[in-house]
Amino acid sequence: MAEVTLAVDGTTVTVPGGSTILDACRALDNDQPTLCYLDNLTPVNVCRVCVVEVEGNRTLVPSCSRPAEEGMEVATDSDRVRHSRKMVYEFLASSVELDLVDEETVAWMDRYGCDPDRYGPPADPSGDRDQRKAGHHRIGPGTAAETVHQPVKVDNELYVRDYSRCILCYKCVEACGEDAQNTFAIAVAGRGFDARISTEFDTGLTDSACVFCGNCIGVCPTGALMFRSEYELRQAGMWEEEGQTVTRTICSYCGVGCNLDLHVQDNRIVKVTSPMDHSVTSGHLCIKGRFGYEYVQEVGDLAVTPIDEILRRARIDDRGPRRHPEPRA
Amino acid sequence: MFGVGGGTCSYEEIETTDVILLWGSNAREAHPIFFHHLMKGVRSGARLYTIDPRHTTSAMWADVWLGLEVGSDIALANTVAREIITSGLQHEEFIRHSTTGFEAYAESVEPWTLQRGAEVTGLPPEVIRRMAHDYATAEQAQICWTLGITEHHNATDNVLALINLALLTGHVGRYGSGLVPIRGQNNVQGGGDMGALPNRLPGFQEIEDPVSRGKFEALWGRSVPDRPGKHLSLMLEAMEHGEITALYVIGENPAQSEARSDHARHLLRGLDFMVVQDIFMTRTAELADVVLPAAAGWAETDGTVTSSERRVQRVRKALDPPGDARDDLHIISALAERMGRGWGYPTAEEVWDELRSLSPNHAGMSYRRLAEAGGLQWPCTDEDDPGTLFLHGDLWDDPLPRDPAPFFPTPWAPPVDELSEDYPIRLTTGRRLDSYNTGVQSGGYSSPLRTSVAVEVAPADAAALGVAEGDLVRVVSRRGSVEAPLMIDRSLRRGLAFMAVHDPDAVDVNLLTIDAWDPKSGTAEFKATAVRIDPLRKDAGRRSELRPVANYRA
Amino acid sequence: MSAEPTSAERLAVDALLGPPSPSGDGEPSQPAERRVAFGGYRRSVESRHMLLPALHAVNDAIGWVSAGALNYICERLLVPPAEAYGVAGFYALLSMEERPARVAHVCDDVACRTMGGAEILECLGGRPDVHPSPCLGQCDQAPAVFFQRAGEGDTVLVGATCDRVTEVLEGGSVGEVRPVVPQAGDPSLRLLKRIGTVDPNSLKDYRDTGGYQALARAVEMGPDRVIAEIKASDLRGRGGAAFPMGIKWEAVARSPALPHYLICNADESEPGTFKDRAIMEADPFAVVESMTIAGLAIGAERGYLYIRAEYPLAQSRLQNAIDRSRAEGLLGADVAGSGRTFEIEIRRGGGAYICGEETALMESIEGKRGEPRNKPPFPTQVGLFGRPTVINNVETLINVLDIVLEGGAAFAEIGTGESTGPKLFCLAGAVARPGLYEVEFGRTLAELIDLAGGVTGTGRIGAVMLGGAAGVFVGEDYLDMPLTFEDARARGATLGSGVILVFDDRTDFPDITRRIAQFFRDESCGQCVPCRVGTVRQEELLARHRGGEPLDEDLFEEVARVMMDASICGLGHTASTAIRSVIDLGLLERSRG
Repeated sequence: MAEVTLAVDGTTVTVPGGSTILDACRALDNDQPTLCYLDNLTPVNVCRVCVVEVEGNRTLVPSCSRPAEEGMEVATDSDRVRHSRKMVYEFLASSVELDLVDEETVAWMDRYGCDPDRYGPPADPSGDRDQRKAGHHRIGPGTAAETVHQPVKVDNELYVRDYSRCILCYKCVEACGEDAQNTFAIAVAGRGFDARISTEFDTGLTDSACVFCGNCIGVCPTGALMFRSEYELRQAGMWEEEGQTVTRTICSYCGVGCNLDLHVQDNRIVKVTSPMDHSVTSGHLCIKGRFGYEYVQEVGDLAVTPIDEILRRARIDDRGPRRHPEPRA
Repeated sequence: MFGVGGGTCSYEEIETTDVILLWGSNAREAHPIFFHHLMKGVRSGARLYTIDPRHTTSAMWADVWLGLEVGSDIALANTVAREIITSGLQHEEFIRHSTTGFEAYAESVEPWTLQRGAEVTGLPPEVIRRMAHDYATAEQAQICWTLGITEHHNATDNVLALINLALLTGHVGRYGSGLVPIRGQNNVQGGGDMGALPNRLPGFQEIEDPVSRGKFEALWGRSVPDRPGKHLSLMLEAMEHGEITALYVIGENPAQSEARSDHARHLLRGLDFMVVQDIFMTRTAELADVVLPAAAGWAETDGTVTSSERRVQRVRKALDPPGDARDDLHIISALAERMGRGWGYPTAEEVWDELRSLSPNHAGMSYRRLAEAGGLQWPCTDEDDPGTLFLHGDLWDDPLPRDPAPFFPTPWAPPVDELSEDYPIRLTTGRRLDSYNTGVQSGGYSSPLRTSVAVEVAPADAAALGVAEGDLVRVVSRRGSVEAPLMIDRSLRRGLAFMAVHDPDAVDVNLLTIDAWDPKSGTAEFKATAVRIDPLRKDAGRRSELRPVANYRA
Repeated sequence: MSAEPTSAERLAVDALLGPPSPSGDGEPSQPAERRVAFGGYRRSVESRHMLLPALHAVNDAIGWVSAGALNYICERLLVPPAEAYGVAGFYALLSMEERPARVAHVCDDVACRTMGGAEILECLGGRPDVHPSPCLGQCDQAPAVFFQRAGEGDTVLVGATCDRVTEVLEGGSVGEVRPVVPQAGDPSLRLLKRIGTVDPNSLKDYRDTGGYQALARAVEMGPDRVIAEIKASDLRGRGGAAFPMGIKWEAVARSPALPHYLICNADESEPGTFKDRAIMEADPFAVVESMTIAGLAIGAERGYLYIRAEYPLAQSRLQNAIDRSRAEGLLGADVAGSGRTFEIEIRRGGGAYICGEETALMESIEGKRGEPRNKPPFPTQVGLFGRPTVINNVETLINVLDIVLEGGAAFAEIGTGESTGPKLFCLAGAVARPGLYEVEFGRTLAELIDLAGGVTGTGRIGAVMLGGAAGVFVGEDYLDMPLTFEDARARGATLGSGVILVFDDRTDFPDITRRIAQFFRDESCGQCVPCRVGTVRQEELLARHRGGEPLDEDLFEEVARVMMDASICGLGHTASTAIRSVIDLGLLERSRG
């Protein structure tokens, strides 16, 4: 495809045909905020935090998915753009727990002057989000800001789902579905503000089609989906990201050769991820690569560390028979 | 393949190919991330054929699933070949220019009419015909396989039968077309690369070739044996005959992983001396005279492994090994020292650089480049070589710069363990998504998916036996028997049973399997056992342990 | 999750999809000797569009969709259960919980709420079989109630009372609703000429009154000339966006990507709107004929008519018209001797306003959640099933008949400069003769209100809602405005879907605006943040105001702006416009005093 030339904030840039406005911005080191966008997933353009103003368009357009066109004039920092971005962040921050988002997002929120408190104090949490029906909602007095808060779902040994932190970016659905795993254990259910990520009939993950690949967790930007190991360590106040090392290696199971990033704290693997930009995995793994590491730290009772004690909590509701013939030390 | 032991394609090629024959592979569960690439291909329009006796979770995605008889793969391949030839769909020019032995091959498949193929495989002739035509006329096509092809007494012929199809149609040596064996373990390919084969030196160099040998002898200052050694099946035979009396086992668990495992254990017990070097106290280690605790190669040491797309990648030390466990390299060096050969304690990189100096295929792969590129695919002959996406492109060069690729006629032979009135059910074995081999590694983590090992049968067979799901049964083969709960699997047809291999402590499936093995590869016929199932005890209450709940799982 | 279907559920699904076949299907029927299976991924893609019909089939027959029924549908169509659950739960009329066999949906939207809808809910509120409903498209005969009746078919009650609703819930029957067309029989009518004068089930009557002459003419003319005439007519879409129809048709007709699709958007759900329903119920053959002409012109072999579920009578009339037309060779393999194929399939919505948005409608036909797509690409490029698609509203389409017969130039003579042809207006609320009216473009708002017999109630206009909940409220100063696209645009108003809903000056406008805010919060698909959260914050602001606090107009404006600027689709873009217009008219504060 032919190259296209466009102007971003007055600076001309030429990009390959098929590039998005976001690509063009990046080519200029003109970074744009994103939440639902990820290089290895199909853009869904739902968060709208990357919107920009394009001359001649009535509404703002999502830079992550709008193709760059010849002669386009793009503004990424106009009043309208700043206003919309501020509001999107405020809307999310006033309705969702965002304390685990990345620093970049926090910086953007500061930059746009977000004030989520102005919608009122958060409304009381409700326990019925999974039962809400499309087209109906309880009408409150409006004195508090409704949130998506609901109890944490801990229904298996490997994942935790805390949908109070879910911004509905659809990334987990895409990673579980057609962009990677093709398992389709989760989808968006409900409608409007009551839309949520759900299994069929909100059944527990162990009753669903889930194959526990963890690819949903790998793409979650807000900590709504979390490895049980990280969750338990955080609950215990022992999660120390600064003290962790990350070492890239290759999975010890089948012969596909998946790259693993081992996150190690105090000589214990506490989390496994995969690089997004590697051609073999594109960031995705299977259950063995993601969770099958425990055998190397099966060290017997004498060498148990405080981390081991915490990690063992996740196994209380262990269903299947675990086999580890002997501890290694 | 044609002298080089590696898959011809890269994973990315399957994303744009037109026809995929997934043959004897449940990649969805056994190689999930490869299946991601495959699904990208399917989603971009590739037609998927899965050839597997079971309607697996991989087959669920296929345009056509061909549920052939266990062990009839060669019959199917030969029938496909004949159909291609009689329809004039073979790639004449490629055959003439790049291959030898076509005439004999064509003659050998001539008896394999659609009718005969259908009789032997149990498949409808029109479906065989459809696959033949689709494969032959595709612009790009790949055949991918795993242990469903290689765990047979005639494994090598099985593979050759598939290679013949690629040669017949020119589906090799071009982007998107090729032959793709997906390796079962993370460094099977690397083991081969490094010469852990009876007849090869590192870099797939023939041990019987004096020039190759000479390079190694010059560097090492020692002579290298000029004859192939023994593969595992031959070793077991040699133990039986008393030829082998001492054994050094590194990272294998033959006491549980071999076919007819009670016999294997008997042989191991009969050794004069056995050393086991492993990260675990395995059942094999329990039989050893000396156990050397080792570090886990992928997380506690530095080194390289090679994947199924010939990609050499770095493994790195992320953890300190527990207790007295040591890096394999350290243990071997220390042994050498004790044996009076003080070669010091080289780093993994130093050993790798020595390998690079001896193996032209790996010469360009410095540690620095491996890190920067996220791995390199061999051949990679110098430091400017970006590596090789697909092999055998030179088959298409004119004039042909190499030996042409030979056709090998592949006569079909049925599984050794024949069905009979006493053993009427065909048992096949395999992996599940969350588990791995004998479970030594995968047993260490809590998997919500894990179920007890059961014998899985078709609803019709369960009904005929008068047993319900969860009932305890005895599975009996000509070699032994095991007790296991019964599970009903609607993906199985009548007369076909399946067992996973992952929990030999609970259900030692390999007491049943036959140790008939392929003379060329040494692989035993794990995939085809004749059994009968005897009801033992009603216990339907166990059902919940057996069955993953979702009916769309995987 | 594991759950088995009952035999009744199986039957309901099999009646739609046919009996399961052993090898080309999912799991249900597996002979012990099965050795081949076909389809896999490809078949799951191809069968996905049957998901909503299959869910309807069970919901219709059983009254709700159980886990077992969902599983069975998923096995038959190879749809993952989580996805099917997500789709089912998107639609308000599909129940995933067991419920009574008869369920009443009582309209309490802007037109019905002051005409008795709210009272019915008050008197029956709390019954598990009574739910409030957004506009049911029966505003001229308010209040309206839509009944779902398991195993018996759905029906609508107009002029409803608490007693009548109770009676029907307890097994009573409901008579047929007839559209109200006060002008019926007026010889100058074009779009409404048959309404109330011919038997809508009779193809003979239709033909006797000029029906199917246009198709014959269109076949003679051929696609290029038909499109040329449409372009010459300057016919603009009547669904709200006023896009020139000929441009869409030409774009699709010329597209090399095949196949092409036609969609008739009959998902009329804009509060206050009932015009398409009247046409479909009373002149269904006209819809079929127009679609056929369109299909031939744009080179489509298949047209979908997507109709909201709340219109059961229109649906059966249309199905009858399709069947009779097909029986006489006017649809099918050789349409009217043209040698061309055209088929029409009716698809039923599930209770989702957003599915009136053209791309959400396509997603819905495809068996997905009705979440609008980002545009571009536009439907003429990438439409239904990813193919070039023309989508037109019912009213827009039936204008085609006159254009073909009289020529585009003659048609363009009707009306005003940019607004050619006749136009339907839905008059309801505080007017003497509510109903559907047809006029040539150019008549003023006052003339229309006069046509409907003038203002009732206090006799004084409080405000007039133009164009629906996505439109605007205007005051008396707009009475002189000619109802044309250009005049509306020039004065910051909109014709929208042709709604003229009159409120007298005693109206509780804070209540009306809060109901509108509730509507958008309920009907937002939830996909994009500005609309998903913005509609909630907007409703909260208005609720706080209703509770006695002054309205924080600055914050309201900020919320409105982000919805308008950054939402994906028109729902978010317009979710504040009507409310803002009420604020601008000062009606929020005045009424509180």
